[in-house]
Amino acid sequence: MLDRNEVERLEAEAVNAAAVRQPLYAPRKKIFPKRATGNFRRFKWIVMAITLGIYYLTPWLRWDRGEFAPDQAVLVDLANRRFYFFFIEIWPQEFFYVAGLLVMAGIGLFLVTTTVGRAWCGYTCPQTVWVDLFLVVERAVEGDRNARIKLDKAPWSADKLAKRVVKHATWLAIAVATGGAWIFYFADAPTLLVDFVTGHAVPEVYITVAILTATTYTFGGLMREQVCTYMCPWPRIQAAMLDENSLTVTYNDWRGEPRRRHAKKAAAEGKIVGDCVDCNACVAVCPMGIDIRDGQQLECITCALCIDACDSVMDKIGKERGLISYATLCDYNANMSIATDNGAEPISPSLVRDGNGELVGSIAHFHLSKIFRPRTFVYFGAWAAIGLVMLVALMARDRIDINVLHDRNPQFVLLSGGSVRNGYTVKLLNMVPQPRIFTLELHGLPGGFMSVAETGAPESRIATVGVEPDRLRTLKVFVRLPADAAARGSRDFSFVVKDTGSDETDSYETTFIAPEN
Amino acid sequence: MSEKHIDETTGVETTGHVWDGIRELNNPLPRWWLWTFYLTVIWSVAYTIAYPAWPLISSATSGVLGYSSRAELGKELAAVEEGRAELVAAVADTSLEDILADQELRRFAASAGEAAYMVNCSQCHGSGARGSAGYPNLNDDDWLWGGDIEAIYQTIAHGVRFDGDDATRFSEMPAFGDILSGEEVDQVAAYVFSLMGDPSDQAAADAGAALYADNCAACHGEDAKGLTEFGAPNLADAIWFYGSDERAIAAQIKNPAHGVMPGWQSRLGEVTVKQLAVYVHSLGGGE
Repeated sequence: MLDRNEVERLEAEAVNAAAVRQPLYAPRKKIFPKRATGNFRRFKWIVMAITLGIYYLTPWLRWDRGEFAPDQAVLVDLANRRFYFFFIEIWPQEFFYVAGLLVMAGIGLFLVTTTVGRAWCGYTCPQTVWVDLFLVVERAVEGDRNARIKLDKAPWSADKLAKRVVKHATWLAIAVATGGAWIFYFADAPTLLVDFVTGHAVPEVYITVAILTATTYTFGGLMREQVCTYMCPWPRIQAAMLDENSLTVTYNDWRGEPRRRHAKKAAAEGKIVGDCVDCNACVAVCPMGIDIRDGQQLECITCALCIDACDSVMDKIGKERGLISYATLCDYNANMSIATDNGAEPISPSLVRDGNGELVGSIAHFHLSKIFRPRTFVYFGAWAAIGLVMLVALMARDRIDINVLHDRNPQFVLLSGGSVRNGYTVKLLNMVPQPRIFTLELHGLPGGFMSVAETGAPESRIATVGVEPDRLRTLKVFVRLPADAAARGSRDFSFVVKDTGSDETDSYETTFIAPEN
Repeated sequence: MSEKHIDETTGVETTGHVWDGIRELNNPLPRWWLWTFYLTVIWSVAYTIAYPAWPLISSATSGVLGYSSRAELGKELAAVEEGRAELVAAVADTSLEDILADQELRRFAASAGEAAYMVNCSQCHGSGARGSAGYPNLNDDDWLWGGDIEAIYQTIAHGVRFDGDDATRFSEMPAFGDILSGEEVDQVAAYVFSLMGDPSDQAAADAGAALYADNCAACHGEDAKGLTEFGAPNLADAIWFYGSDERAIAAQIKNPAHGVMPGWQSRLGEVTVKQLAVYVHSLGGGE
C-alpha cells in the first residue's frame, strides 16, 4: 500500500488554468488616423467628390422621354417594373443587361486589382469614401490625432460631451442624407422629397431611410476598419487577384533598413543607417491602424496615405521620395537582391547607393509596360467582349414583342357547322413610351380566320389593336378553321404583329389543334 | 504547460492544446461579435413574448402584440372586398348588355365569374367548360336555351327543370317509344342522322323524314334547327348532346333523358350569377 504522500502526480493541466487564461473576446483597439497631405490625399478628395456627387445628384437629373414616361434620367420603377437609364429603358425580361453589367463590374474589378492592386478598396469603395467623410467630421470637431487621443482619455466633461454630441449628430445627419438619397432612385425625386418631408410618403420609404441611416452610421462612424477586416470578402479574394506584377503599396525596406530613430547620431557612431527614421508617420495616418513596414497584409486597403506621410518626411530630411511607394513584387524582389547581395548579407544601404549617396542605376522602377501582360489582356478582352455583345444586343433589341399561349382546356371546340375553333391568349408588348397601333395577322393556316373578343370586329385574317405606351395588352383570340380544312388535322402557323407606324415586327409560331378523325 | 505558450511566427498565444506538434492559435474574437450574440438572444426572447410562440396544452401563448395569422388573413380578405366593392356595385347596377360594352367591367365580371364557375359549375361542365354527355359544352355556339347574354343569365339564375324555382326553364320531350314502333324510331333516328352525315340505310332515313315532320317538327322545327324556347336541340348541326351515332339517337327518341340544372340565383345572388353569365358568354360561343 502506497503512502498517502507518495500518490503519483499526473501530468495534467486545466486548459483554462489561471496562469494561461486569456480573454476570450478582444475589445477593439481604437484608431485615430492623423491627417495626411500629399498627392494621394488630393486624389482621394477628388474621387470622394466625384463618387459622392454621382450618388447624391444622379436621381435629380432629368431626361425627356415624352409625356407617357417619367422624365427622371435614372429611375428604378419597381411599381411598374421598369428601369430607366438615360436613353435606355429596360423591361423585367431584359434584366440580363443589368446582370451583364454586374459581370463587367466583376471582371473590371479583377482587371483593376491585377494592375493597381486594391484600388477599389483604397479609393472608391463606399465604405472607404464614407469613413473618409466621417473622419473629416471627426477631425473638424475634435481636432487631429493627438487632440482626439487626449479627448478620448480625458474624463467626461461638458466640453467632451459637447464635442461628442456634435460629432455624432453630424454623423447621423450624413447618415440620414445617405439613406435619404437612396430612395430617390426608386421614385420621382422632386415629388418624393416633398412627400418625404411632409410625412406623406409610404412607410417603406421611411423604413428604407431608417435602415440605411443605421448602417451608414454604424459602418462609417462606429465600425470603420472592422467592416473591411472582418466583414468584407474582398480582402480574402484579392490575394488570388494579385501577382508579382501588380502595383501595391510597398515599404521598400531595401533602402529603409536598418531603420534608425536618430539617424545622424547613429551615422556618427558608425552604425549602418537606412532611410527609415522610424518616425511612425505611416502608422499614424493609416485608417486601418496597421504598419505598412510589416509588409503586405490583409487589412491594408492601399489608400496610399502612408505614401503621402512618408514622402513629406523624406522631403523634410532631404531624401528622395518613395521609401513607401506603389511597387510591384517583381521590382521589390529585384531591389531586395541588390540590397542584400542576393540574400548573402543583411540589408545594406551601401549596396543600393553609390558614393554620392544617389540610388544606383540598377534599381528597378515601375514601368508602364508591366501593365500589358497576358493576364490583363485576358481580363480586358473578356470585359470588352461582354460590353460589346451587350451594346450590339441593346442596339438590335426588339421594342415590339408577341407571346402566344394556346388554350389547354379545351384544346379545341367543335362548332355547330362542323368547323373547329382554337383559343389563344395573345400578349402584345409595346415597349416604347408612345402609344402605338399594331396589326395582328395570321400567317399560314389557309382558310383560317380569327376574331378578337375585345374588339368585336368581324372575323378576318388581320386585326388592328392599339396598345398603350410602355404596356402589354392581353387579347383573347379565337381562330376558326372550316370543317373541310380542319379535317386535315393539326398544323403549325404564326401570329405576326406589326407596328403600323414603322417596320417593326415580331412573330410567334404556334399550333392549331383539330380533332383526330 | 503551466506558462503561456506564444507562437513564434505570429506572436499569438496558443490554446495550450497540442496535436502531433500542431498547436491551435488562440485569436480572440472581437468584442462586438459577442455583443451581437447577446443581442440575438435578447431578441429571440423578446420575440417569443411579443408573438404567439410557447406551446401550451391545448393552445399557445398569444403574445402581447395580439398578432394572429388568421386575423391577418381576415384583414387581407376585408381589404380585397373593400378594394373591389366599387366594381361589384357597378356590376350590380349595370345591365348585362352594358357590362359587355364596358371593357373594364367586362374583364372584372369575367374573371370573378371564372372563380365562381370553378367552385360551383366545373363539377358538371368541367373545368374547361367542355361538358360531357348530358352536360352541355359551354364553349361552342350551340345553345339549348339561347346563347345571348340574357338567355345565359336566365338559365344560370333559374336552372333547367329545377324543382326549387318556379321560373325555371322547363320542357319535356315525350318518350316516343310509347308512341312509335321500334322500326319507326329507327327510321326517325336514321333521318336525323342523315341531316349531318351518311345514314346506314338511306331508305329508312327517307321514311323517317315523314315521321319527323308529323311527330318532331313541332318542337325541333321543320328544318330541325331546334327551338330555344323549348330547349329543343338543333338536330341539324355537328354537335350532339347524348351521343352522335344512330343508336344513341334512337335511344334518346325512345326514352329521352332529361337533364336537370339547379337555379343559382337563390344560392349565389344576382351579382355572382351576372358574373357567371359574362364568363360563360366570353368563352367564345356567346351571341
